[in-house]
Amino acid sequence: MANSARRDSPELPDFSLLKRLARDQLIYLLEQLPGKKDLFIEADLMSPLDRIANVSTLKQHEVDKLYKVEYKPVVSTSDQLCFLIRPRIQTVKWICDVANADKAAGKFRRYKIIFTPQKFYACEAVLEEQGMFGDVTTDEWAFYLLPLDDDIISLELPEFFRDNFLAGDQRWMRTAGSALHLLHSLYGPFSKVYGIGRYSKMAYESWREQVEQGEQRARQAEIGNVFLIDRDVDFVTPLCSQVVYEGLVDDIFRIKCGCVEFSPDVTASDKSVKVMLNSQDKVFNEIRNEHFSNVFGFLSQKARNLQTAYDKRRGMDIKQMKTFVSEELKGLKQEHRLLSLHIGASESIMKKKTKQDFQELLKTEHSLLEGFEIRECISYIEEHISRQVSMIESLRLLCLLSITENGELSFSYGVDHLLTFSNLRQLGLLVEQQPGETLTVMESRVGKLVNDKTAGKLTDAFSSLAKKSNFRALSRKLNLVPKSDEEYDLRVPRDMAYIFSGAYVPLSCKLIEQVLERDGWTGLEEVTRLLNGNEFAVTGQITSINGAKNDAQRIILVMFLGGCTFSEISALRFLGREKGYKFIVVTTAITNSSRLIESLLDNHV
Amino acid sequence: MTKSKADEEDYWNSSKFKAFTFDDEDDELIRLKESRQAVNSIQRLVEEDDDEDDVEKVSWSGEPVGSISWSVKETAASNQRTDREPAFPKIPTDTPSLSKSQSGYSLSSLFKGETALSDSSIRLYAPELRKPKSEYKDYVSDWSPEETIQRLQQGKTAPLEKFRSLQDKLLLLDFAVSAHDGNVITAVLIYLKRTLSKEVLFRELESRQTALRHFIHYLTETKDQRLLLELLRALGRTEDVALLQYKEHLSIADENKRRDFLKSCLSLPFSAEDSAHVQDHYTLLERQIIIERGGKVEIFQKFPRRASILNMPLITTLYYCCFYHYSEPEGTYSSPLNIRQAFKISEKQYFVTALAARAKLKAWLDVDALFTSRNWLGFTRKKSPLSFQRVVDVLQKNSAPTQVLQDYVGLVEDPDMRISLAQKHKCHDIVINTYRDMKDRQQLLGYRGKVGRGSAEERKIDELLNNQQIRWKN
Repeated sequence: MANSARRDSPELPDFSLLKRLARDQLIYLLEQLPGKKDLFIEADLMSPLDRIANVSTLKQHEVDKLYKVEYKPVVSTSDQLCFLIRPRIQTVKWICDVANADKAAGKFRRYKIIFTPQKFYACEAVLEEQGMFGDVTTDEWAFYLLPLDDDIISLELPEFFRDNFLAGDQRWMRTAGSALHLLHSLYGPFSKVYGIGRYSKMAYESWREQVEQGEQRARQAEIGNVFLIDRDVDFVTPLCSQVVYEGLVDDIFRIKCGCVEFSPDVTASDKSVKVMLNSQDKVFNEIRNEHFSNVFGFLSQKARNLQTAYDKRRGMDIKQMKTFVSEELKGLKQEHRLLSLHIGASESIMKKKTKQDFQELLKTEHSLLEGFEIRECISYIEEHISRQVSMIESLRLLCLLSITENGELSFSYGVDHLLTFSNLRQLGLLVEQQPGETLTVMESRVGKLVNDKTAGKLTDAFSSLAKKSNFRALSRKLNLVPKSDEEYDLRVPRDMAYIFSGAYVPLSCKLIEQVLERDGWTGLEEVTRLLNGNEFAVTGQITSINGAKNDAQRIILVMFLGGCTFSEISALRFLGREKGYKFIVVTTAITNSSRLIESLLDNHV
Repeated sequence: MTKSKADEEDYWNSSKFKAFTFDDEDDELIRLKESRQAVNSIQRLVEEDDDEDDVEKVSWSGEPVGSISWSVKETAASNQRTDREPAFPKIPTDTPSLSKSQSGYSLSSLFKGETALSDSSIRLYAPELRKPKSEYKDYVSDWSPEETIQRLQQGKTAPLEKFRSLQDKLLLLDFAVSAHDGNVITAVLIYLKRTLSKEVLFRELESRQTALRHFIHYLTETKDQRLLLELLRALGRTEDVALLQYKEHLSIADENKRRDFLKSCLSLPFSAEDSAHVQDHYTLLERQIIIERGGKVEIFQKFPRRASILNMPLITTLYYCCFYHYSEPEGTYSSPLNIRQAFKISEKQYFVTALAARAKLKAWLDVDALFTSRNWLGFTRKKSPLSFQRVVDVLQKNSAPTQVLQDYVGLVEDPDMRISLAQKHKCHDIVINTYRDMKDRQQLLGYRGKVGRGSAEERKIDELLNNQQIRWKN
């Protein structure tokens, strides 16, 4: 499957430029602060920073010691402290505490905050209120976009989802617009922009204004079309269990910033290994988009080939051996390492999934998607809850139930519904912070001011976020659930449904497919009505040097506002291969069902 | 969506779900193991000279460290400007839907005058070589509310102090809201908070939902609990007020103080539903404090507990009591039955929890007793609110011996399921009896090959196969 690409598929633009720009700007900012300095880095910026610079880069620019921001008193002896942080009030308050403590102790230092990707007025207001404005200077590092792979770019802003969709705070809209502007300046000019969702519209507007205020260089476009989509257009897809290899690895091991840590049970050794998962990993690249059931066959074939390649050594003379060692051995060894890691990961996935009755779980999800045997689904979920299998998982199923059933639930399944929710509350209510994994969640019932007061209310909030989700009607209109009486060969996928075992075509990706095919929303009026409108399709004036070259028109940048899953990326890659497009996925963050649910919990002070 | 039973059967049996099952552990794992063996057999060669080509270090881009001069070049390149018209049309963001998709937005219809030169595009290519902010401050320009918002959006300074009339302030806020930039909306709100009385601010926010949500988020993040409570009260959101107050218990570490605080929360104006939860929360903590002090020493020595029961969820508490206090009289606070009663725990939930706890302790007699009920004639029979398939699952995960397992496997209603479980757990008798009941001679014959040669099971199968009384279906 990986090799079945249409021959005329266009080449992807080179996004390493984005890394270089970010790095250069960081260096510039560090040089603005001459002399030795200690650098404090916000925890969730460490991995993104790692992808674009390394310690020696920092050391070259007189960074002495590196610390993680931990909201504790600092031990540094340096007389210059630099803080590389997200624009968060809590962090700025902590920095003010540090500076005020120094002041009280009669210690003199210089303080500099570098906000990334931008600063917020609310943060500066904290500096002012704490009497630190001026004593602490600030700057911005416009590090908007981190390329995670050839075709994935992340803003690494998981909080975008909660801030926008739950709190209704639009603080990141300018950021989204600027990110788009940066891509437009470097790889545009875009000729068409399609979109759906409130925030997509706002991001478009913010970007358009920035284009108008700035100047566009006349250049050859590398990216022709853009599709913007809000996460709340489709909550169903990210709530489903992932069964494509990359998605599964993310669900189970959590891929962080393009990197996964495999524990000793995967590596079959005594230490964990951190592995970059991207197209450079030849083994991974061939299985990442495959349904998990195809992965075994592939891996064992690969293992046999490798064996044969090694066996070639037998009967070689010295000269042949020398060539073998110098030309082939290194590659084989690399492949060997990767292969044994992915075999280990697959074994571990199998073990975990068999243990938790994955098959039954998938059946339940599929019938929720198809909309029958709902009563059985509810009793399955109920049992899931009473067995305390996993809080997040239970909530996920409840949310899926509530969205797919679109509120009809409350009267047609009233009793079960209430019972389920009261179970959920029992499970969750009165939970406290505990060390480790046990889910403390349901303080959420308490925590949220506006929406998610109880676990039940959390799902209510979810369905209200999805407004009227109208899933069932949408599914019929767009034919999202293929007829179940047809055979589906997962080895030869015929549509995007393969990413969910042939049971469901992801709504988000289906919309993209339809709009590109129709070059707009014409004929999809009923669909957009069910999705609460906010769709748009605009054509810009082409300022490209040689006019619109065909290749660029087949490169489509899809921006997910609020996160996207690896399964959706796999589906788009499939669509691209089928239709001769290349998709570039830009997302505020990579998400999955657990991250989505966790971001809505409120169990802390 | 009504489907006939037959359709549903078809659904589950349809090929698309058969292509692969995660239950099919044996097959797939064996394949994986083979691959693993193949790979491992080459291990030695690989270890011969394990140099530094670690997987960890594979980086996606092997770029050398960039230089400042490179960036400066980029800036120069970006300065080659071309004059042009606005490239993309504006779309109204507030109208719910756009019906025109393409033609309505052609550029000519939206022609605007030439855009002013601005420095903001260069910012993207290289760090901005800015003048210190102080230099801007002196030449105060007379920016309108709209211009002020635009400047703020671009990250520039703009004095807000000149907007003194309420009308100007609200104009500023409304422009910020229509610019859809949360950062700027909050900036204006901070100014309004400083210069308007609470009463006036709250009143004006009530009709401005977007701004209100930003303000609530801002107060939450700055932990301005007092003002937030006042705001919610002014808006008449009493339930939110109650929840917010209740949330404070999270910051009380001492359990007795926390219990007293929860007690004081009982009178807050919660919704009926929430009120019941808070009552439960209080009752549970009160009880946990008592449970924490009690219990027999031996069992704690034998199975030391991993954590205190304080502040644990209800079901964890029930589990704990099923584990450590199972046989206590129903009158005590720590008796599982007492907890079940007090918190109205469903039968199913109670069974699952008790089963898990007793199975963990391998107290098979307790498990047996849990499911045994007597009818009015005094006959005993096994009854379970959850499927016996699940029961088997729990028991097997706690390594129950085959004698225990087979009792429950035999109770699984669905014959196919029963056979598959019985085969999995080697309950030969059940497999044999089920095939006999199904009159399935072929299957029985096939199973003969799977039991030990000369075993009692084999003899039993032979007896059945030779039994002339049975009317086999095949």
